[in-house]
Amino acid sequence: MTQLASISSTLLYVAFVLYLIATLFFGGSIKSKKHTNQTGKNRWATIAITITIIGFISQLGYFITRWIAAGHAPVSNLFEFITFFGMMLVAGFIIIYFIYRAHVLGVFALPIALLVIAYSSMFPRDISPLIPALQSDWLAIHVSTVAAGEAILAISFVAGLIYLLKDVDLTKKGKQTFWLEAVLFFIVIVAGFIVSTTAAQIAGYQSEFTYVNAEGQEQVEQFGLPALVVPHQGELMTEGNFASSIEMPAIVNAARLNTVIWSLISGTLIYLLIRLITRKSVSALLQPLVRRVNLNLMDEVGYRSVMIGFPVFTLGGLVFAMIWAQIAWTRFWGWDPKEVWALITWLFYAAFLHLRLSRGWEGNRSAWLAVIGFAIIMFNLVAVNLIIAGLHSYA
Amino acid sequence: MNEITCKCGHVNPEGTELCLSCGRALTADAETKKTSDVMRYEGMARRSQTYKMSVIDKVWNFFSSVKVGVWLIFITLAASAIGTIFPQVIFIPPLEPPEVYYEDRYGFAGKIYYVLGFHDLYNSWWYLLLIAAIGTSIIIASLDRVVPLYKALKNQRVNRHVSFMKRQRVFTEYTVQQPAEKVIASIGDNLKKRRYRIREEDGHLLAEKGRFARWGPYVNHTGLIIFLIGGMLRFVPGMYVDEVLWIREGDTMPIPGTKQEYFLKNDGFTAEQYTAEEDSEVFGETINRVGAIAKNFQTDATLLKREEGTAIGDESKLTEVESHPIQVNQPFKFDNFALYQVDYRQDEIRSMSFDMVNKETEEALGSFEVDLFQPEDEYKLDDEHRVELMNFYPDFSGFEDGEPQTASPVPNNPAFLFKLYSPEKPDGEVAFIAIQESLEPLGENEFALKFSGIETRDVSGLTVRKDLTLWILGLGGAIFMIGVIQGAYWNHRRLWLKRTEDGKLLAAGHTNKNWFGLRKDLEYAFNGTGLAQPKDHMEENLNKKASGDVKEEKNNDTTS
Repeated sequence: MTQLASISSTLLYVAFVLYLIATLFFGGSIKSKKHTNQTGKNRWATIAITITIIGFISQLGYFITRWIAAGHAPVSNLFEFITFFGMMLVAGFIIIYFIYRAHVLGVFALPIALLVIAYSSMFPRDISPLIPALQSDWLAIHVSTVAAGEAILAISFVAGLIYLLKDVDLTKKGKQTFWLEAVLFFIVIVAGFIVSTTAAQIAGYQSEFTYVNAEGQEQVEQFGLPALVVPHQGELMTEGNFASSIEMPAIVNAARLNTVIWSLISGTLIYLLIRLITRKSVSALLQPLVRRVNLNLMDEVGYRSVMIGFPVFTLGGLVFAMIWAQIAWTRFWGWDPKEVWALITWLFYAAFLHLRLSRGWEGNRSAWLAVIGFAIIMFNLVAVNLIIAGLHSYA
Repeated sequence: MNEITCKCGHVNPEGTELCLSCGRALTADAETKKTSDVMRYEGMARRSQTYKMSVIDKVWNFFSSVKVGVWLIFITLAASAIGTIFPQVIFIPPLEPPEVYYEDRYGFAGKIYYVLGFHDLYNSWWYLLLIAAIGTSIIIASLDRVVPLYKALKNQRVNRHVSFMKRQRVFTEYTVQQPAEKVIASIGDNLKKRRYRIREEDGHLLAEKGRFARWGPYVNHTGLIIFLIGGMLRFVPGMYVDEVLWIREGDTMPIPGTKQEYFLKNDGFTAEQYTAEEDSEVFGETINRVGAIAKNFQTDATLLKREEGTAIGDESKLTEVESHPIQVNQPFKFDNFALYQVDYRQDEIRSMSFDMVNKETEEALGSFEVDLFQPEDEYKLDDEHRVELMNFYPDFSGFEDGEPQTASPVPNNPAFLFKLYSPEKPDGEVAFIAIQESLEPLGENEFALKFSGIETRDVSGLTVRKDLTLWILGLGGAIFMIGVIQGAYWNHRRLWLKRTEDGKLLAAGHTNKNWFGLRKDLEYAFNGTGLAQPKDHMEENLNKKASGDVKEEKNNDTTS
């Protein structure tokens, strides 16, 4: 079983590398002079999508072997769930690719999937046993449907982003130019998180603090990065490691805030470096990639993904969620923060569809809504687990 | 009624935008509107767009507006998000008074949160009002649209006016060399293969597919309304039971909410943890990292039923119904009720044993056991020695004016006031005994009591639930899903072919969504006819716009 678990990790690694290579080939495909409309058959794109599919099969192998090794569906903690979300993102991309054959989608969807998978591996990767609340077939059913729904909805973000990169006139300063750059800046921050955490992990940095929590009890907290902020009445137990004198109130999780600060710092550094070297905003840097994009097609792709993803998300995030909550938690709805944010996500996409179907919000506005929708999904995926404590805090 | 007579002679009801017969625009307003806005409801008269005078009209028009509906959604969305900033009152520790808790823990922001009532936001009158408003909006907005839409699609004519065709997004005018009927027949045959329904009238053609997708929104709205009704029914007495049952191992207790009809016996509680030795080796690292992980919480229970005809409170005539383990995720169901494993308390003291000893000689004189739930007044050790239990303090919390106090009747910290009788001390000696505390309040004693044993048991915390609204919620949810899928995964596509008197062939296409799919169908349909497929003008415009020449089309919102 341990051997199977290590095979599983290798397969995930292989998938990651293959997605990376596929991205480069997709990049080549949109540069092709022969195919100015960036759709249809093209040798670069054929190679790229083939590698993507092999990568997907490899990741599927990771999923199945880990399932066998653990004895339960590997969607039970943050690492497993976010990895699965990344896998569904690739699956969603492959499906949409075969409908529309838009190569440029690969140039953006795959890097986002890569970022998602890299992000997931920042959390503990051990196979963990299931606590009683998770011991149910509904774990696999509910979580995989939610992940699939959210991933398909995320494709609309990819299409929306491409749409905006082409549609927004970057030569003029304005709200749209600013917020588009802000979205990209945020993506760079995520990269900053991955870089700083990975660096600290490789260096083996770890410091331990004792502190007093909000209930007045003494507890221990691990810091994976040098402590720029210390917990409430925190005392550094690891000799020689850095600890600042900025103390947090008891209700703030200082270790997580510290990670956020490091991510902001390293992300901002990376961002500034990009700007210094290229002398361009990130939006302007990416714009040449989308110069030949068919805006109408991107709008259609974005809308179609919401149309496909919304029912799947409703089924997984609300219907299956309620059925399982009735079985495990005695009530189908209990205003747990994760439940509320699933409802918010659902309401948002419902509003998206009403605005589009009945009020003609298409193109630019629709693209912005897709970006906001993805932000809400990410908030529910990441922030609700890490910041807002609730029944879903499993990791 | 101000009926509108079209140029074609058809008489349309007041408010109609496109003639029901030929499709001509009937008002100047309809003429200038964007095609997609007029076509959304087939240019039909809608109550909300026609009558605007009375109070009822105004209420109707308010709730029938999608704009209002979307605003309601966004307000509910924002309110829901606010409710997750700090924990809701149901999640804070049960013994903490909320007016203190929020301020203590979150400072000024917490105080504001509490004062504004956000700590119990989802039960506030205004949140429920928002949900009710959304429900009203769903009903009225749907009725306002579905009836005219149904009529329009049921009675649609094949032959449409040139102006109707020309304003469609997909439209081309052909000059055909070959006989037009041949072309039309060929296109019709091709579309039949794509499962279009074909209607022909006077040589004109209408091909239609997936009309039922248009009903999707109304089906899913019906599902939502059923769901909301189900949610309201919870407040009807008898529909919903939510009770807690704390039951000790070995005890038999009436199940709350069943009017003493059912009883439950706790045959034993088990709490298990994963261990690195017994469980799969792949879990080893996690167990090392985080420590013990819970594996199972289980109450083995037996359900008993009071025999019919016996009086309430008479527990002597109970018949066993079923024995069943209750685990997390595996509730025990009976007669619309379900019992859930939700909590436990381990090692509650059940009884304590004492030895009576002579302090000096340390000679044991006998022992006795006090059942903390049924303490006796006196314990005889032998013919000469006995112990009187003068007083029992199950949850000893200290002395007040020299008197021992108990905080609760639960034996969390039992203490005893004994009187020890022996031949040497026939009048007895008083001893106060608590855990790790022993007093001889009335002077030095000759005899003493020593703890010799303790017996404990676990307590299971169960939730008793009955929810007769579940099937309605399930029905609503199922109908909603059917409607959403119906509307999302199918598209309503139409192609009109019209032969004009001057020998031209007009082709116009419309779909409610997924124009890409329509274009593919048309490509297939026109294949082999010698004609190019009809042009999608939006596609052309957008590509022109993409090159940066055309300003964004002004958005004429018309549905509010």
